[in-house]
Amino acid sequence: MSWDIIILGSGPAGLAAAVAARCRDKNVLVIGNRWQDSPLAKAELVDNYPGLPGLTGPELLEKFVTHASTLGAEFVVGKALSLLVWNGFSVTVGSQVYQGRALVLAPGVVRAAKYPGESEYLGRGVSYCATCDGMLYRNKPVTVVGLAPDAPLEANYLKSLGCQVVYVSPHRPQGLDGGIPYVQAGRLAIHGEQAVTSLEADGTSIPCAGVFILRRAVAPTDLLPALETEGGVIKVDRSMSTNLPGVFAAGDCTGGALQVSKAVGEGHVAGLSACEYLDAL
Amino acid sequence: MIHFNKDTFDNTLAEGKLMMVDFWAEWCGPCQMLGPVIESLAEKYEGKAVIGKVNTDEEGPLAMRYTVMNIPTVIFFKDGKEIDRKVGVMPPDVYIQVLEQNL
Repeated sequence: MSWDIIILGSGPAGLAAAVAARCRDKNVLVIGNRWQDSPLAKAELVDNYPGLPGLTGPELLEKFVTHASTLGAEFVVGKALSLLVWNGFSVTVGSQVYQGRALVLAPGVVRAAKYPGESEYLGRGVSYCATCDGMLYRNKPVTVVGLAPDAPLEANYLKSLGCQVVYVSPHRPQGLDGGIPYVQAGRLAIHGEQAVTSLEADGTSIPCAGVFILRRAVAPTDLLPALETEGGVIKVDRSMSTNLPGVFAAGDCTGGALQVSKAVGEGHVAGLSACEYLDAL
Repeated sequence: MIHFNKDTFDNTLAEGKLMMVDFWAEWCGPCQMLGPVIESLAEKYEGKAVIGKVNTDEEGPLAMRYTVMNIPTVIFFKDGKEIDRKVGVMPPDVYIQVLEQNL
Protein backbone atom coordinates (compact mmCIF):
# COMPACT_ATOMS: atom_id res chain seq x y z
CA MET A 1 0.00 0.00 0.00
CA SER A 2 1.56 3.24 -1.11
CA TRP A 3 0.75 6.94 -0.73
CA ASP A 4 2.35 10.20 -1.88
CA ILE A 5 2.52 11.55 1.66
CA ILE A 6 2.36 9.82 5.00
CA ILE A 7 1.46 12.05 7.93
CA LEU A 8 2.25 10.84 11.43
CA GLY A 9 -0.17 12.51 13.80
CA SER A 10 -3.90 13.20 13.62
CA GLY A 11 -4.02 16.49 15.53
CA PRO A 12 -4.38 20.01 14.10
CA ALA A 13 -0.92 20.05 12.45
CA GLY A 14 -1.32 16.67 10.76
CA LEU A 15 -4.86 17.42 9.62
CA ALA A 16 -3.87 20.84 8.24
CA ALA A 17 -1.02 19.18 6.32
CA ALA A 18 -3.52 16.64 4.96
CA VAL A 19 -5.90 19.41 3.81
CA ALA A 20 -3.07 21.32 2.10
CA ALA A 21 -1.77 18.22 0.32
CA ARG A 22 -5.24 17.10 -0.79
CA CYS A 23 -5.78 20.57 -2.29
CA ARG A 24 -2.67 19.84 -4.40
CA ASP A 25 -4.20 16.49 -5.36
CA LYS A 26 -1.63 14.34 -3.56
CA ASN A 27 -2.89 11.20 -1.93
CA VAL A 28 -2.44 11.26 1.78
CA LEU A 29 -2.48 8.79 4.64
CA VAL A 30 -2.83 10.09 8.18
CA ILE A 31 -1.60 7.69 10.86
CA GLY A 32 -2.50 8.58 14.43
CA ASN A 33 -4.46 7.84 17.55
CA ARG A 34 -8.23 8.36 17.64
CA TRP A 35 -8.90 12.10 17.63
CA GLN A 36 -10.85 11.58 20.86
CA ASP A 37 -7.53 10.67 22.49
CA SER A 38 -5.79 13.88 21.43
CA PRO A 39 -4.81 16.22 24.28
CA LEU A 40 -6.89 18.88 22.47
CA ALA A 41 -9.99 16.72 22.97
CA LYS A 42 -9.70 17.54 26.69
CA ALA A 43 -9.83 21.32 26.12
CA GLU A 44 -13.10 22.79 27.39
CA LEU A 45 -12.76 25.98 25.39
CA VAL A 46 -10.51 27.14 22.57
CA ASP A 47 -11.12 30.84 22.21
CA ASN A 48 -8.09 32.02 20.26
CA TYR A 49 -8.62 30.27 16.94
CA PRO A 50 -9.51 33.00 14.42
CA GLY A 51 -12.99 32.87 13.01
CA LEU A 52 -14.25 30.00 15.15
CA PRO A 53 -14.57 31.38 18.68
CA GLY A 54 -16.24 29.59 21.55
CA LEU A 55 -15.70 26.01 20.42
CA THR A 56 -14.61 23.17 22.67
CA GLY A 57 -11.48 21.18 21.79
CA PRO A 58 -13.49 18.17 20.59
CA GLU A 59 -15.75 20.38 18.43
CA LEU A 60 -12.76 22.00 16.74
CA LEU A 61 -10.98 18.69 16.23
CA GLU A 62 -14.05 17.09 14.73
CA LYS A 63 -14.31 19.94 12.22
CA PHE A 64 -10.67 19.43 11.22
CA VAL A 65 -11.12 15.66 10.86
CA THR A 66 -14.30 16.06 8.81
CA HIS A 67 -12.63 18.62 6.55
CA ALA A 68 -9.61 16.43 5.86
CA SER A 69 -11.63 13.28 5.27
CA THR A 70 -14.18 15.09 3.06
CA LEU A 71 -11.26 16.17 0.88
CA GLY A 72 -10.19 12.53 0.56
CA ALA A 73 -7.46 12.09 3.15
CA GLU A 74 -7.28 8.47 4.32
CA PHE A 75 -6.84 7.49 7.96
CA VAL A 76 -5.29 4.64 9.90
CA VAL A 77 -5.89 4.58 13.64
CA GLY A 78 -2.88 3.27 15.47
CA LYS A 79 0.68 3.92 16.46
CA ALA A 80 3.61 4.15 14.06
CA LEU A 81 5.87 1.57 15.63
CA SER A 82 8.86 1.64 13.34
CA LEU A 83 10.00 3.54 10.30
CA LEU A 84 12.40 2.67 7.55
CA VAL A 85 13.98 5.02 5.02
CA TRP A 86 14.56 2.81 2.01
CA ASN A 87 13.19 3.62 -1.44
CA GLY A 88 10.95 6.19 0.21
CA PHE A 89 9.45 5.70 3.64
CA SER A 90 7.87 2.62 5.20
CA VAL A 91 5.89 2.78 8.41
CA THR A 92 4.55 -0.14 10.42
CA VAL A 93 1.35 0.04 12.42
CA GLY A 94 0.63 -3.26 14.15
CA SER A 95 1.31 -5.91 11.54
CA GLN A 96 0.64 -3.61 8.56
CA VAL A 97 3.23 -1.76 6.49
CA TYR A 98 2.40 1.55 4.76
CA GLN A 99 4.63 3.23 2.20
CA GLY A 100 4.99 6.84 1.21
CA ARG A 101 7.30 9.06 -0.81
CA ALA A 102 7.29 11.97 1.63
CA LEU A 103 6.75 12.17 5.37
CA VAL A 104 5.22 14.78 7.65
CA LEU A 105 5.89 14.39 11.37
CA ALA A 106 3.09 15.90 13.47
CA PRO A 107 2.86 13.70 16.56
CA GLY A 108 2.42 16.51 19.10
CA VAL A 109 4.47 16.56 22.27
CA VAL A 110 6.13 13.16 22.54
CA ARG A 111 8.61 12.75 25.32
CA ALA A 112 11.63 10.68 24.43
CA ALA A 113 12.47 10.10 28.13
CA LYS A 114 13.00 6.46 29.02
CA TYR A 115 12.66 4.52 32.27
CA PRO A 116 15.81 3.46 34.12
CA GLY A 117 16.95 0.15 32.61
CA GLU A 118 14.76 0.51 29.50
CA SER A 119 17.48 1.02 26.91
CA GLU A 120 19.84 -1.36 28.68
CA TYR A 121 17.38 -4.27 28.51
CA LEU A 122 15.97 -3.61 25.02
CA GLY A 123 16.25 -6.96 23.28
CA ARG A 124 16.64 -8.71 26.62
CA GLY A 125 13.12 -8.41 27.93
CA VAL A 126 12.01 -4.89 27.04
CA SER A 127 9.58 -4.75 24.13
CA TYR A 128 7.45 -2.10 22.48
CA CYS A 129 5.22 -4.42 20.45
CA ALA A 130 2.91 -7.08 21.87
CA THR A 131 1.87 -8.33 18.42
CA CYS A 132 5.53 -8.73 17.35
CA ASP A 133 7.11 -10.23 20.43
CA GLY A 134 4.21 -11.70 22.41
CA MET A 135 4.74 -15.21 21.05
CA LEU A 136 8.31 -15.20 22.37
CA TYR A 137 6.91 -14.78 25.91
CA ARG A 138 4.31 -17.55 25.86
CA ASN A 139 3.67 -19.00 29.32
CA LYS A 140 5.99 -16.44 30.88
CA PRO A 141 5.25 -13.68 33.40
CA VAL A 142 5.20 -10.25 31.76
CA THR A 143 4.26 -6.73 32.83
CA VAL A 144 2.52 -4.27 30.54
CA VAL A 145 3.26 -0.60 31.15
CA GLY A 146 0.09 0.95 29.80
CA LEU A 147 0.55 4.56 28.72
CA ALA A 148 -1.66 4.46 25.60
CA PRO A 149 -5.45 4.18 25.26
CA ASP A 150 -5.14 0.89 23.36
CA ALA A 151 -2.66 -0.65 25.80
CA PRO A 152 -5.36 -2.72 27.59
CA LEU A 153 -6.16 -4.44 24.26
CA GLU A 154 -2.52 -5.40 23.82
CA ALA A 155 -2.43 -6.69 27.41
CA ASN A 156 -5.54 -8.79 26.72
CA TYR A 157 -3.84 -10.15 23.59
CA LEU A 158 -0.77 -11.18 25.61
CA LYS A 159 -3.01 -12.97 28.11
CA SER A 160 -4.74 -14.81 25.24
CA LEU A 161 -1.32 -16.09 24.13
CA GLY A 162 -0.81 -17.60 27.57
CA CYS A 163 1.39 -14.91 29.09
CA GLN A 164 0.89 -14.23 32.81
CA VAL A 165 0.18 -10.52 32.58
CA VAL A 166 0.33 -7.79 35.22
CA TYR A 167 -0.85 -4.35 34.04
CA VAL A 168 0.90 -1.29 35.43
CA SER A 169 -0.17 2.29 34.78
CA PRO A 170 -0.64 5.61 36.56
CA HIS A 171 -4.41 5.61 35.88
CA ARG A 172 -6.98 2.83 36.01
CA PRO A 173 -7.32 1.38 32.49
CA GLN A 174 -10.56 0.87 30.57
CA GLY A 175 -11.23 -2.37 28.77
CA LEU A 176 -8.70 -4.49 30.62
CA ASP A 177 -9.50 -8.21 30.89
CA GLY A 178 -10.88 -8.85 34.40
CA GLY A 179 -8.37 -11.68 34.90
CA ILE A 180 -5.37 -9.33 34.60
CA PRO A 181 -4.15 -7.86 37.90
CA TYR A 182 -3.76 -4.08 37.84
CA VAL A 183 -1.07 -2.18 39.74
CA GLN A 184 -1.36 1.59 39.99
CA ALA A 185 2.11 3.12 39.75
CA GLY A 186 3.99 5.86 37.94
CA ARG A 187 7.60 5.62 39.09
CA LEU A 188 9.05 2.66 37.23
CA ALA A 189 12.45 1.03 36.76
CA ILE A 190 13.50 -2.13 34.98
CA HIS A 191 15.86 -4.54 36.69
CA GLY A 192 17.64 -7.64 35.52
CA GLU A 193 20.85 -9.55 35.18
CA GLN A 194 21.46 -11.15 31.77
CA ALA A 195 17.81 -10.40 30.99
CA VAL A 196 14.89 -8.67 32.68
CA THR A 197 13.95 -10.16 36.05
CA SER A 198 11.57 -7.57 37.48
CA LEU A 199 9.77 -4.26 37.11
CA GLU A 200 9.97 -1.90 40.07
CA ALA A 201 6.69 0.00 40.38
CA ASP A 202 6.57 2.75 43.03
CA GLY A 203 9.08 0.76 45.07
CA THR A 204 7.34 -2.62 44.74
CA SER A 205 9.14 -5.30 42.76
CA ILE A 206 7.07 -7.29 40.23
CA PRO A 207 8.98 -10.36 39.01
CA CYS A 208 8.72 -10.83 35.22
CA ALA A 209 10.60 -12.02 32.15
CA GLY A 210 9.34 -9.26 29.90
CA VAL A 211 8.22 -5.65 30.14
CA PHE A 212 6.00 -4.33 27.33
CA ILE A 213 6.17 -0.52 27.36
CA LEU A 214 3.21 0.80 25.38
CA ARG A 215 3.33 4.57 24.94
CA ARG A 216 0.90 6.83 23.06
CA ALA A 217 3.46 7.36 20.33
CA VAL A 218 7.04 6.47 19.53
CA ALA A 219 9.26 9.56 19.71
CA PRO A 220 10.28 10.85 16.24
CA THR A 221 13.94 10.57 17.21
CA ASP A 222 13.41 6.87 18.02
CA LEU A 223 11.69 6.34 14.65
CA LEU A 224 14.38 8.33 12.79
CA PRO A 225 17.66 8.28 14.75
CA ALA A 226 19.28 10.68 12.25
CA LEU A 227 16.62 13.37 12.84
CA GLU A 228 18.17 16.60 14.08
CA THR A 229 16.73 18.27 17.18
CA GLU A 230 17.45 21.50 19.00
CA GLY A 231 16.51 22.10 22.63
CA GLY A 232 14.46 18.89 22.69
CA VAL A 233 12.28 19.70 19.66
CA ILE A 234 12.61 18.84 15.97
CA LYS A 235 14.75 21.36 14.11
CA VAL A 236 12.96 22.82 11.08
CA ASP A 237 13.41 25.76 8.72
CA ARG A 238 10.67 28.09 7.50
CA SER A 239 9.52 25.52 4.96
CA MET A 240 9.11 23.03 7.84
CA SER A 241 11.88 20.90 6.34
CA THR A 242 13.91 18.80 8.76
CA ASN A 243 17.54 17.84 8.14
CA LEU A 244 16.35 14.66 6.32
CA PRO A 245 15.28 14.86 2.65
CA GLY A 246 11.54 14.36 2.23
CA VAL A 247 10.83 14.64 5.97
CA PHE A 248 8.87 17.63 7.25
CA ALA A 249 7.62 18.44 10.75
CA ALA A 250 4.85 20.63 12.15
CA GLY A 251 2.99 21.46 15.31
CA ASP A 252 3.97 20.94 18.94
CA CYS A 253 6.87 18.64 17.98
CA THR A 254 8.76 21.68 16.64
CA GLY A 255 8.34 23.64 19.89
CA GLY A 256 6.12 26.40 21.33
CA ALA A 257 3.67 28.09 21.19
CA LEU A 258 1.64 24.96 21.83
CA GLN A 259 -1.48 26.42 20.25
CA VAL A 260 -3.91 25.16 17.60
CA SER A 261 -3.45 28.10 15.24
CA LYS A 262 0.34 27.75 15.29
CA ALA A 263 0.05 24.00 14.62
CA VAL A 264 -2.40 24.57 11.76
CA GLY A 265 -0.14 27.17 10.12
CA GLU A 266 2.90 24.93 10.35
CA GLY A 267 0.94 21.90 9.17
CA HIS A 268 -0.23 23.82 6.12
CA VAL A 269 3.33 24.84 5.22
CA ALA A 270 4.64 21.31 5.85
CA GLY A 271 1.93 19.87 3.58
CA LEU A 272 2.78 22.29 0.77
CA SER A 273 6.50 21.69 1.18
CA ALA A 274 5.94 17.93 0.96
CA CYS A 275 4.03 18.51 -2.32
CA GLU A 276 6.84 20.65 -3.70
CA TYR A 277 9.36 17.99 -2.72
CA LEU A 278 7.36 15.33 -4.57
CA ASP A 279 6.92 17.53 -7.66
CA ALA A 280 10.68 18.00 -7.86
CA LEU A 281 11.50 14.27 -7.57
CA MET B 1 19.14 -15.38 0.45
CA ILE B 2 18.94 -18.44 2.63
CA HIS B 3 16.00 -19.49 4.82
CA PHE B 4 17.83 -21.37 7.54
CA ASN B 5 16.63 -24.36 9.47
CA LYS B 6 18.63 -25.77 12.38
CA ASP B 7 20.81 -28.03 10.19
CA THR B 8 21.64 -25.51 7.47
CA PHE B 9 22.25 -22.88 10.14
CA ASP B 10 24.65 -25.07 12.12
CA ASN B 11 26.50 -26.20 8.99
CA THR B 12 27.00 -22.62 7.83
CA LEU B 13 28.03 -21.53 11.32
CA ALA B 14 30.66 -24.30 11.40
CA GLU B 15 32.21 -22.94 8.21
CA GLY B 16 33.11 -19.82 10.20
CA LYS B 17 32.21 -17.31 7.49
CA LEU B 18 30.75 -13.88 8.18
CA MET B 19 27.00 -14.38 8.65
CA MET B 20 24.12 -11.98 9.05
CA VAL B 21 20.91 -13.63 10.23
CA ASP B 22 17.51 -11.95 10.49
CA PHE B 23 15.25 -13.56 13.12
CA TRP B 24 11.70 -12.80 12.04
CA ALA B 25 8.10 -14.00 11.88
CA GLU B 26 5.23 -13.51 9.48
CA TRP B 27 2.87 -11.78 11.92
CA CYS B 28 5.44 -9.10 12.71
CA GLY B 29 4.94 -5.84 10.76
CA PRO B 30 8.41 -4.42 11.38
CA CYS B 31 9.86 -7.75 10.15
CA GLN B 32 7.87 -7.48 6.90
CA MET B 33 9.25 -3.99 6.46
CA LEU B 34 12.84 -5.06 7.00
CA GLY B 35 12.55 -8.10 4.68
CA PRO B 36 13.36 -6.29 1.38
CA VAL B 37 16.41 -4.65 2.98
CA ILE B 38 17.79 -8.03 4.07
CA GLU B 39 17.14 -9.48 0.60
CA SER B 40 18.89 -6.61 -1.10
CA LEU B 41 21.91 -6.91 1.21
CA ALA B 42 22.02 -10.66 0.55
CA GLU B 43 22.36 -9.90 -3.17
CA LYS B 44 24.90 -7.15 -2.64
CA TYR B 45 27.16 -9.25 -0.41
CA GLU B 46 26.80 -12.54 -2.28
CA GLY B 47 30.09 -14.42 -2.10
CA LYS B 48 31.39 -12.19 0.71
CA ALA B 49 28.98 -12.90 3.54
CA VAL B 50 26.20 -15.41 4.15
CA ILE B 51 22.97 -13.52 4.68
CA GLY B 52 19.79 -15.30 5.62
CA LYS B 53 16.69 -15.49 7.74
CA VAL B 54 15.39 -17.64 10.59
CA ASN B 55 11.63 -17.91 11.01
CA THR B 56 11.22 -17.92 14.80
CA ASP B 57 7.86 -19.63 14.42
CA GLU B 58 9.34 -22.64 12.66
CA GLU B 59 12.76 -22.66 14.33
CA GLY B 60 11.90 -21.78 17.92
CA PRO B 61 14.90 -23.61 19.44
CA LEU B 62 17.34 -21.54 17.30
CA ALA B 63 15.71 -18.32 18.50
CA MET B 64 15.92 -19.59 22.08
CA ARG B 65 19.55 -20.63 21.72
CA TYR B 66 20.43 -17.01 20.92
CA THR B 67 17.85 -15.60 23.39
CA VAL B 68 16.02 -13.66 20.71
CA MET B 69 13.33 -11.81 22.68
CA ASN B 70 12.32 -9.19 20.12
CA ILE B 71 11.79 -9.50 16.41
CA PRO B 72 13.23 -8.46 14.13
CA THR B 73 16.65 -9.12 15.65
CA VAL B 74 19.62 -9.32 13.29
CA ILE B 75 22.62 -11.26 14.63
CA PHE B 76 26.08 -11.25 13.06
CA PHE B 77 28.41 -14.25 13.37
CA LYS B 78 32.04 -14.81 12.46
CA ASP B 79 34.26 -17.83 13.17
CA GLY B 80 31.15 -19.51 14.56
CA LYS B 81 30.62 -16.88 17.25
CA GLU B 82 28.18 -14.01 17.69
CA ILE B 83 30.00 -10.72 17.09
CA ASP B 84 27.13 -8.22 17.11
CA ARG B 85 23.35 -7.91 17.18
CA LYS B 86 20.85 -5.21 16.23
CA VAL B 87 17.40 -5.25 17.82
CA GLY B 88 14.46 -3.76 15.95
CA VAL B 89 14.37 -2.07 12.57
CA MET B 90 17.56 -0.08 12.01
CA PRO B 91 18.58 2.20 9.15
CA PRO B 92 20.15 -0.03 6.43
CA ASP B 93 23.52 1.70 6.93
CA VAL B 94 23.75 0.19 10.40
CA TYR B 95 23.80 -3.36 8.97
CA ILE B 96 26.13 -2.35 6.14
CA GLN B 97 28.58 -0.87 8.62
CA VAL B 98 28.84 -4.10 10.64
CA LEU B 99 29.27 -6.14 7.45
CA GLU B 100 31.97 -3.83 6.05
CA GLN B 101 33.90 -3.84 9.34
CA ASN B 102 34.01 -7.62 9.41
CA LEU B 103 34.56 -8.62 5.77
